[in-house]
Amino acid sequence: MAGAAGVLGLLLLLLLGSPGGCGGSTAPPRDSLREELLLSPLPSGDLAATFQFRARWDSELHREGVSHYRLFPKALGQLLSKYLVRELHLSLTQGFWRTRTWGQPYLQAPAGAELWVWFQDSVTDVDKAWKELSNILSGIFCASLNFIDSTNTVTPTASFKPLGLANVTDHHLLRYAVLPREVVCTENLTPWKKLLPCGSKAGLAVLLKAERLFHTSYHSQAVHIRPICRDASCLSVSWELRQTLTVVFDTFSIGQGKRDWSLFKMFSRTVTEACPLASESKIYVDISSKTQENELLEVTPPPLSVHEASVQGDRRTYAVYDLLSPFLFNVSRSLNVQLKWKRPQDSLDLSTPVLHAQRYVSGYGLQTGEISTLIYNTHPYRAFPVILLETVPWYLRLYVHTLVITTKGKENKPSYIHYQPAKDRRRPHLLEMLIQLPANSVTKITIQFERALLKWTEYTPDPNHGFYVSPSVLSALVPSVIAMKAEDAEQSPLFTSLFPSSDGSSYFVRLYTEPLLVNLPTPDFSMPYNVICLTCTVVAVCYGSFYNLLTRTFHVEEPNRGGLAKRLANIIRKVRGVPPL
Amino acid sequence: MVADGAEEARGKRAALAFAAVALVLGLPLWWKTTETYRASLPYAGISALGSLRFQLTVPVSVVFAKGALPGAQQRRLPFTDTKEEESLLNSKTSVTSRYETTYRSATVTEQAALALATVKEADAALLPLQDSLGALTVYVIPETSPLLPQGVGVYIGKHRSAVMRCTQGPGDVLAAVSAWVQQIVQAMSFTTDSIATALSDRVPMDQLGTDTRRPFKSSLGYEITFSLLNPDPKSHNVHWDIEAAVNSYVQPFLDKLGSVANFSVDSQILYYAVLGVTPRFDKASSSFILSALSLPHVINPVEARLGSSATSLYPVLNFLLYVPERVHSPLYIQDKDGAAVGTNAFHSPRWGGIMVYNIDHPVPDKAPLPLWVDVDMVRVMEVFLAQLRLLFGISQVSLPEEFLLESPGNDGLTDWELDRLLWTRTVENIATVSTTLTSLAQLLDKIGNIVIKDDVASEVYHAVASAQTAMLELASGRLGSAFQASKEAVTSSERAFFDPSLLHLLYFPDDQKFAIYIPLFLPMAVPILLSLVKILREAKQSKKEPTKTD
Repeated sequence: MAGAAGVLGLLLLLLLGSPGGCGGSTAPPRDSLREELLLSPLPSGDLAATFQFRARWDSELHREGVSHYRLFPKALGQLLSKYLVRELHLSLTQGFWRTRTWGQPYLQAPAGAELWVWFQDSVTDVDKAWKELSNILSGIFCASLNFIDSTNTVTPTASFKPLGLANVTDHHLLRYAVLPREVVCTENLTPWKKLLPCGSKAGLAVLLKAERLFHTSYHSQAVHIRPICRDASCLSVSWELRQTLTVVFDTFSIGQGKRDWSLFKMFSRTVTEACPLASESKIYVDISSKTQENELLEVTPPPLSVHEASVQGDRRTYAVYDLLSPFLFNVSRSLNVQLKWKRPQDSLDLSTPVLHAQRYVSGYGLQTGEISTLIYNTHPYRAFPVILLETVPWYLRLYVHTLVITTKGKENKPSYIHYQPAKDRRRPHLLEMLIQLPANSVTKITIQFERALLKWTEYTPDPNHGFYVSPSVLSALVPSVIAMKAEDAEQSPLFTSLFPSSDGSSYFVRLYTEPLLVNLPTPDFSMPYNVICLTCTVVAVCYGSFYNLLTRTFHVEEPNRGGLAKRLANIIRKVRGVPPL
Repeated sequence: MVADGAEEARGKRAALAFAAVALVLGLPLWWKTTETYRASLPYAGISALGSLRFQLTVPVSVVFAKGALPGAQQRRLPFTDTKEEESLLNSKTSVTSRYETTYRSATVTEQAALALATVKEADAALLPLQDSLGALTVYVIPETSPLLPQGVGVYIGKHRSAVMRCTQGPGDVLAAVSAWVQQIVQAMSFTTDSIATALSDRVPMDQLGTDTRRPFKSSLGYEITFSLLNPDPKSHNVHWDIEAAVNSYVQPFLDKLGSVANFSVDSQILYYAVLGVTPRFDKASSSFILSALSLPHVINPVEARLGSSATSLYPVLNFLLYVPERVHSPLYIQDKDGAAVGTNAFHSPRWGGIMVYNIDHPVPDKAPLPLWVDVDMVRVMEVFLAQLRLLFGISQVSLPEEFLLESPGNDGLTDWELDRLLWTRTVENIATVSTTLTSLAQLLDKIGNIVIKDDVASEVYHAVASAQTAMLELASGRLGSAFQASKEAVTSSERAFFDPSLLHLLYFPDDQKFAIYIPLFLPMAVPILLSLVKILREAKQSKKEPTKTD
């Protein structure tokens, strides 16, 4: 093999001497990586850790022939260019973000798997591309995304707008599906980690130890791919791959009743270096406190800088640890961020978030029921509209005439309704509404449904567990309490820059409610066999008597000496002295 | 008693009628409604394909330039000569090579081309005169012709022709020429060995050398992935201009192979991807050594990182460029004898190749880390391209010394090398189709529950027909159409074999079937059977005592 190379080598050298070693050390790298960890103590005393890894690629991915990958993972890049994907958002979540006690999430995802994709307008058969895409994603992420089919896919008209650069907003190019039944575990985390350029070998990803990440109250990992502007003039497109992972640790159970935490306590690892490929690698710790006295908590080691930002209508202070800064690892070889509460904080000062919601199913019996959604607006003086998206599987037949929306005891008429009725075994119900939420109010939305009877092969394994109804989605521009200043997306921390904020006075929030679990009338699954046996018995009995009737020969019976009863009667009669019969 | 007798006869008739209805109506109805649908398949054609008698015909023209032949023999031109050579690979496989040689004298244009100054120019000038795929032309020039350099007897060009010097000796010149022509044609088309390699699945292992398992199996497409492995991004900032390198070196080669298969090329850079073996430190050369024995263990840990192609089902050829960690460099690969391998590369059969690329480290503490490294793509690509040729089974032909081979030039592949590849690929495709269809037929024969739908059956018919076409085309020496037909046959046979509808009823166990049938059949069958037995017994008795009826 070595010898053969020589023959060809000579020839190549002769032919093409010029391009050797070109590549130009002066050319700026066409892709960059940023990594970031945000640690925010939650109002309830838990701790949320949000990892974000952002690979940005200055390349026209859909141009023919681009197939050389560096930081952008090849598997996803091939997928995007083959299926002409404009935007892809996939999240796999275990647990439920409790907005009421944990506050507004930076990026919430519904329990289970959620996938929504915008295709390019050059795609002719969107449904086919969607089916194949979900199958391949299922292979890449070891998730059951192959169960996405027409019965759980919808095309929302208003709720899911492209997050990135888009001039096409024709919603026929959008597909959205949620699999609330999906269970997320380590086999989904490993392929997700494999997409990171540094793997879990260096940088913040060292902390991603599956054993600890799944020992949490909430675990959500996501992949967001979108085109963004390459620069301020926005003449060309860059592709952005954002991998996010959010976990909520129950600090009480980890810290034996204390609310103090450290990186080591949570992840059983510490950070020793930044990923050498990253152009930015930072840890943010939310140290803002509601009250003015700042001595409530203390972080060690002392942060090198402090970042002030207005996030989700609130002014917040973050301690920043820049892993690329040469001073950070001067003192000790590893960074173990610790937080101590100076005095026991009473966890009663829960400030409820401006927008939150809850949903439940009510009713009795196995025929009808009612889905109720409560949406809270706790803003003291501002009303704002919210878009509600409900996807209900076809086997719950919604009665749209029973749709009632009440706020403060009065009927609230939605300004926009889009309803697409379900087709049995073909597509789910889709209900989208734009509802105005008055200040400081609770809006209740109820709709009744009837449970359909399924065919016996359509029941899932363990049907008595119930059938999931995917969470409803609330999208809203929530008015901000404080004025926010617009920041440059490239400079600001990653956790603030996924949803573009339209102006300074409001911010975008997307919330998901709880998934519902509905019991359907469940048959006894040995029933088909029982039915077969019963039918066969009936047939056999009918057939038997018919057969007997036709084939038996009938004789006139000669009177006999009588049966046993007659003889017994005669014996008794003899004893009594009566003439026998 | 008469009425009784009539009554009894009626009962008998009724019982017989029940039995008849059940037999004539019920049984076929049950059979028809529960049978698995099986379209008819060309079993005869499949079993005929099971024994492969290849006849490979190579059309050869031997063209004599003016003065190459003595006058007496010149007058015998043109004439045609056919040689056959049969070799039996095993009881079911045989290959007959048939060389249809046409001897003629050169036309005016050919004569003009052969009069050019150099043999390269002549080769280029003769290109438009040449035939289609697979057909070869040998030009015989006089011994005194200055076209060939001294000491060179035969020149094999870039295309489908060779130039040969005619040695004037005593005896039959034509016979001497035809012996040479035989050798040239075998080099430019196929040998028994190369065909046996293509049929390696059907030939016992020990008959073949180790090299035969190296080339990739014939497939409709291939994915070629170049991966740069940088296990130490803290010390090395490695850059490679893979896009330009692929465009200038690999793409021309693949364009040439475009008729054989579809190719897609991509590349990636993987960080923190380490080899599975810790190299040994060699004090004498103060370098690290990977011995040939440990190479098999190198690939597996890397493979997990490479990732399979998400969007296609074609086999992947991996070419890895490994830049060793700073602490393990320089790293050299040692062969079995302990000598360093010159190219510092190795390949794995049917998988791909790995090359170790060492970086010259400046004196320590001089350059800040990470070190910027630009990979010399010429050096890398010449190794990868050589490996690529090997993995496609385009190996160097061993030839006597008087033979001069023209280098393939920019394309990396000569026309006759492409022909060689097509010959073996066609044979291999047909063998694959034969194996696939035979096992499909066996499977269907063995398992009665498999449904055969009409479209599956039509794929099988198409595969058989295409394979037969390919055989016929091979026998008549039309390589191009034979290859196309064999490709179609492979596609159809694979589609039939992997059709998901075959599996629909496969797992329908017999005990469940009986559990469903018994409640119905038992109560219905028992009275019928009992009354039949009774009728039979009575009939026997009445035969014994025929007088009693009166």
